[in-house]
Amino acid sequence: MGEKKSVWEHLKAWVDGEEVILDADKYIVNRSKREKKNWRRNFSMEYIRGNVKLYRFLSIAISVLFIGIMLSVVNDLPEFGNPANPADNEVMERYLESGIEETGATNFVAGMILDYRAFDTFGEANVLFLAVMCVVLLLKKDQKNYSAKEEQENREDDFFDENEKRPILQIGGKLLAPLIILYGIYVILNGHLSPGGGFSGGTIIGAGLILYASAYGQKKMQTFFTFRTFTLICVGGLLTYCACKSYSFFTGANHVGFEIPKGIPGHILSAGFILPLNICVGLIVACTMYGFYALFTKGDI
Amino acid sequence: MSTGIQIILLVFLIVCALAVSFTKNLFIAVIVFMGYSSIMAVIWLLLESPDLAITEAAVGAGVDSVLFFLTLKKVHYLKGTREG
Amino acid sequence: MNHLGTNFYEAVSVILFGIGFMNLLLQNNLIKKFIGLNIMDTAVYLFLAAKGYIWGRMAPILTDGIVDASYYINPIPAGLVLTGIVVSVSVTAFSLALVQRLYKHYGTLNMDEIMKLSREEEGE
Repeated sequence: MGEKKSVWEHLKAWVDGEEVILDADKYIVNRSKREKKNWRRNFSMEYIRGNVKLYRFLSIAISVLFIGIMLSVVNDLPEFGNPANPADNEVMERYLESGIEETGATNFVAGMILDYRAFDTFGEANVLFLAVMCVVLLLKKDQKNYSAKEEQENREDDFFDENEKRPILQIGGKLLAPLIILYGIYVILNGHLSPGGGFSGGTIIGAGLILYASAYGQKKMQTFFTFRTFTLICVGGLLTYCACKSYSFFTGANHVGFEIPKGIPGHILSAGFILPLNICVGLIVACTMYGFYALFTKGDI
Repeated sequence: MSTGIQIILLVFLIVCALAVSFTKNLFIAVIVFMGYSSIMAVIWLLLESPDLAITEAAVGAGVDSVLFFLTLKKVHYLKGTREG
Repeated sequence: MNHLGTNFYEAVSVILFGIGFMNLLLQNNLIKKFIGLNIMDTAVYLFLAAKGYIWGRMAPILTDGIVDASYYINPIPAGLVLTGIVVSVSVTAFSLALVQRLYKHYGTLNMDEIMKLSREEEGE
């Protein structure tokens, strides 16, 4: 001992407990200073962003590395479509076998998201409402964030809406919008019997409203759909959902004791609370989709 | 369900995604993304989830692309609508 | 263990996720960045739905009154993805609203230029 040892031997002795590195602090300070300098010179984020070629190369390398690692993971995943997969476990069996008795819905997915996991769906309806409120905050027009140029553009748009002849769009809108809205209502009302439900039906109704508004201008929409109607429908839908679900939570989450009439599976008036909940979700989604459109075009509902 | 159709559709998906990445024109990018969503809706149908197919067709190909187009109009990107 | 041939749905979804991620990193245009984010979303949904599929079974809707778990596919991923699709729309709408505000303030959609302009603003 006593002679020059390599760093590795020092480390080994320290791990074994034979030696204490007395000048460790000094060593660490020196090391970190040196390393930091190099680090800053070579690998700072500024340098990478500034050097376009290096940034591109690193991004592609990270993505390709990610794809490679994940493909090797996929290689070891259980086989696709095999009934013995660990994902298809007793939870799924429970939902499929006793779902009809417990929820009364023939569409198992609707029964799952609106009865077993209704709280989750309530949170999601709130997410939609919050998103449209954030868009209102960002894009609704008022004196402070509204320039004269935009005012002029909006006036031009209104002028075009009123005076321009757009026969294909207008006649097509007149014929198609009621059919699309009717189909959306059908999808919502049959949410517990066939594919569909509040989310898809609400989006279809919203698309019909968007078609009508783009054909006839927003002035005409405002005769029956104002910001006040929008907030009333959204908040009313959310509160109704909350009331329906809290009724079934407070009377025992499994409807113990207070049995809500389920009806005969397959009939339109069946499945307990799923039909009203679907209607609430559908109204909220339809208003949200139309609200996005209106705020994106004019900055006003 | 025959695997051939599924594989063709999946290859279409990858081609659409690459086309979105490499096109310079934003309008074309949004249109290709619309097609991507429609193919996705067919794939949901082949995976036996009709609920998802309806929702994806209405959301991805309908409302999402309307929102993208409105944004493109607002940032004066589309030709024929002011400044172009 | 060599399932890459049979797990083609998962493989494609992973590749799509990578392409979307590359879009998010490499594109300078904000709208293309958000299209890349949407592609990543759909890739994750494709992965989830592929995990629930079982060969030769029916969609989870009661047909012919058969109540038997070995007759339908797994309904849980479908429920999860249904929730996710609608949330992704609201995220897209929110981000596009932010893009519009950024354009109104800076007059460009290019990420680098926006960063440069905002730094100049801070410096002054």
